[in-house]
Amino acid sequence: MDAVYRMQDFQDSVKCDRPPRLPQDRPVLRYRARMPWLQPLLLLAPAGLWLVLLLVFPTLLLLELSLIPDFRLGQVPGAYGVGNYLTLLDPLYLKVVGRSLFYACGTTLLCLLLGFPVSYWIALLAPRRWRSLLLLGFVLPLWTSSLLRAYAWITILRPSGVLNSFLGWLHLPGQTWLNSTPAIFIGMTYSFLPYMVLILYATLEKLDRRLLEAAADLGAKPSQTFWQVTVPQTLPGIVAAGLLVFISALGDFVVPDLLGGSSSMTVPRLVYQQFLGATRNWGLGSSLSLLLIGAVGVGIWLLLRFGDRQSDAL
Amino acid sequence: MEQTLAAVRTDLAFDIELQTVLKTFGDEAAVQDLTLQIRPGEFFSILGPSGCGKTTTLRLIAGFETPTAGSVCIQGQDMTQVPPYQRPVNTVFQSYALFRHLNVWENVAFGLKLQKLPREEVRSRVATALEQVKLDGFAKRTPAQLSGGQQQRVALARALVNRPAVLLLDEPLGALDLKLRKEMQLELAHLHRSLGLTFVMVTHDQEEALSLSDRIAVMNQGRLEQMGTPSQIYEEPETAFVADFIGDTNLLRGRVSHSNGSTVQLVTEAGLPVWTDRRSEWNGTLPQKLVVSIRPEKIRVSQLEAAGHDAHNCYAGRLRQVMYLGPNIQFQIELATGEHLTVLQPNRARLPALDTEVQVSWSAGDGRALVA
Repeated sequence: MDAVYRMQDFQDSVKCDRPPRLPQDRPVLRYRARMPWLQPLLLLAPAGLWLVLLLVFPTLLLLELSLIPDFRLGQVPGAYGVGNYLTLLDPLYLKVVGRSLFYACGTTLLCLLLGFPVSYWIALLAPRRWRSLLLLGFVLPLWTSSLLRAYAWITILRPSGVLNSFLGWLHLPGQTWLNSTPAIFIGMTYSFLPYMVLILYATLEKLDRRLLEAAADLGAKPSQTFWQVTVPQTLPGIVAAGLLVFISALGDFVVPDLLGGSSSMTVPRLVYQQFLGATRNWGLGSSLSLLLIGAVGVGIWLLLRFGDRQSDAL
Repeated sequence: MEQTLAAVRTDLAFDIELQTVLKTFGDEAAVQDLTLQIRPGEFFSILGPSGCGKTTTLRLIAGFETPTAGSVCIQGQDMTQVPPYQRPVNTVFQSYALFRHLNVWENVAFGLKLQKLPREEVRSRVATALEQVKLDGFAKRTPAQLSGGQQQRVALARALVNRPAVLLLDEPLGALDLKLRKEMQLELAHLHRSLGLTFVMVTHDQEEALSLSDRIAVMNQGRLEQMGTPSQIYEEPETAFVADFIGDTNLLRGRVSHSNGSTVQLVTEAGLPVWTDRRSEWNGTLPQKLVVSIRPEKIRVSQLEAAGHDAHNCYAGRLRQVMYLGPNIQFQIELATGEHLTVLQPNRARLPALDTEVQVSWSAGDGRALVA
């Protein structure tokens, strides 16, 4: 706190060209000294209130509901128990969880494979003045709602859609990707690729080019330089981008619902079904929600722990 | 040592040969018309102010840049188009460029592992290299845990362990503080002597270049100004730029007024007559405009009317500034005609008071005449 005062006074004295004022001369600083909790409170209260009302409280509500087996709206709640969580162990639901993980992992991998070369090119090879424009091009899709983008993909992928007209024009067999796994991968990869590219770009842009030269100087062919220097040096960024895409893909509802069809049930869709669909099993829905929150939480924890420690070392 | 090595490797006239090299970036020529030959076992320095093209020259040798025109030969082989990873040279980078995801041992072993050498050989060569730079015992540290001087040593070991034909050093000591820099200079000189390797060092520190090098190339604005031994560069500069850049000097510009067999007199714009030795290459025609460079330590300062008329150039002046440098004292002296001279005297005599009248003198042979 002392240091802060001194810096402040120093700046004042530079600006006004007069002897520095002592902290006790200034009313604001006097309050700050007497009530150190006041300033943090004022700064944190609005957002804090918002979060407590709309995140913490509902989550606690979910937690309670999840502990009432088979609670349905309009029914008298039964006794507390872990029945909902036991239901999740049913192979039927485990399969849904497994499918969600599969989609999320696949999307992450696809985004990485598509995003890394692009980010590498923009960050290291493209002319400097084009970089912002190229990045803007990648971020542009984020300016439209994800719902609209999903509908656009329906137009492209449906049996009589743009894709099949094009394939027909090339005399290639038509595809029925809509309402199946390929459509989900296409839609999710399309949705989350910009995040992957942005984060990887930020990492690659910071990559010390002299390290690449040093590797070449020591006899490393370009491919050896890539695997032994570029990848290890950018690993924190790769992990961060991968986890972000994984988390987003795991929780995505729009793409699986609109492009996936009935056979590709995922956890978010199941949650939706339990709360707003025909079954209305709020208890089971709550436990599914908490499962998702837990999975995402683990992802974020990994991100903070693994990603941060690595970037500190950088 | 240099002679013995040169004798051992008589098969090669030069380790590095640049032939009329031109390198342009866009419209700008970073290096032009550069021809250099570096002998085996030599400690060769490329010296110049920032932006003179010295680093580009080193990068051309290392292979990070390809010349726009001209050729680069390493050990007699044309390497103009050969990528850096196939050249028998290694570089110590400015600010080291150590791999931060690897520890010291792994950094040093990097090049050897790429050569797929047997594990035992890698181990013993890395150990030797770390010993050479006095870093044995630091193998498990990461670069972040090392001081600047230690990182510098790792960079050296990482390059030397590959036994390059030529070691390239890009401002190797630039990031170190003065005391450490002096220490490392001694160590570089020692390494050079004990390894018998060809060193090519880029530096902007003229003192470093003078004290370490066998030969120096002075560059300015992408061109080679002069190449020679440290004493040639310092005592017999060929251009006013070299005279001014290497060490301190006083430059007096003027027109030739008299000349006889061995000396020339020129008169500055303010009317100061200066005698200087006539250079042998001017036996035929004498240039009309000359610059005389006189080193501050070659000028004598004495009490007015003291003996010293044996010197060709003897003038009265007023002491305008005294700078105490420790072992030396530097004077700024204003001559009666208005010229200012910098004079360096050993810290022996009592300091004269400011604004006293003094006499400065030097003989014709102390100055160096250059074409203006």
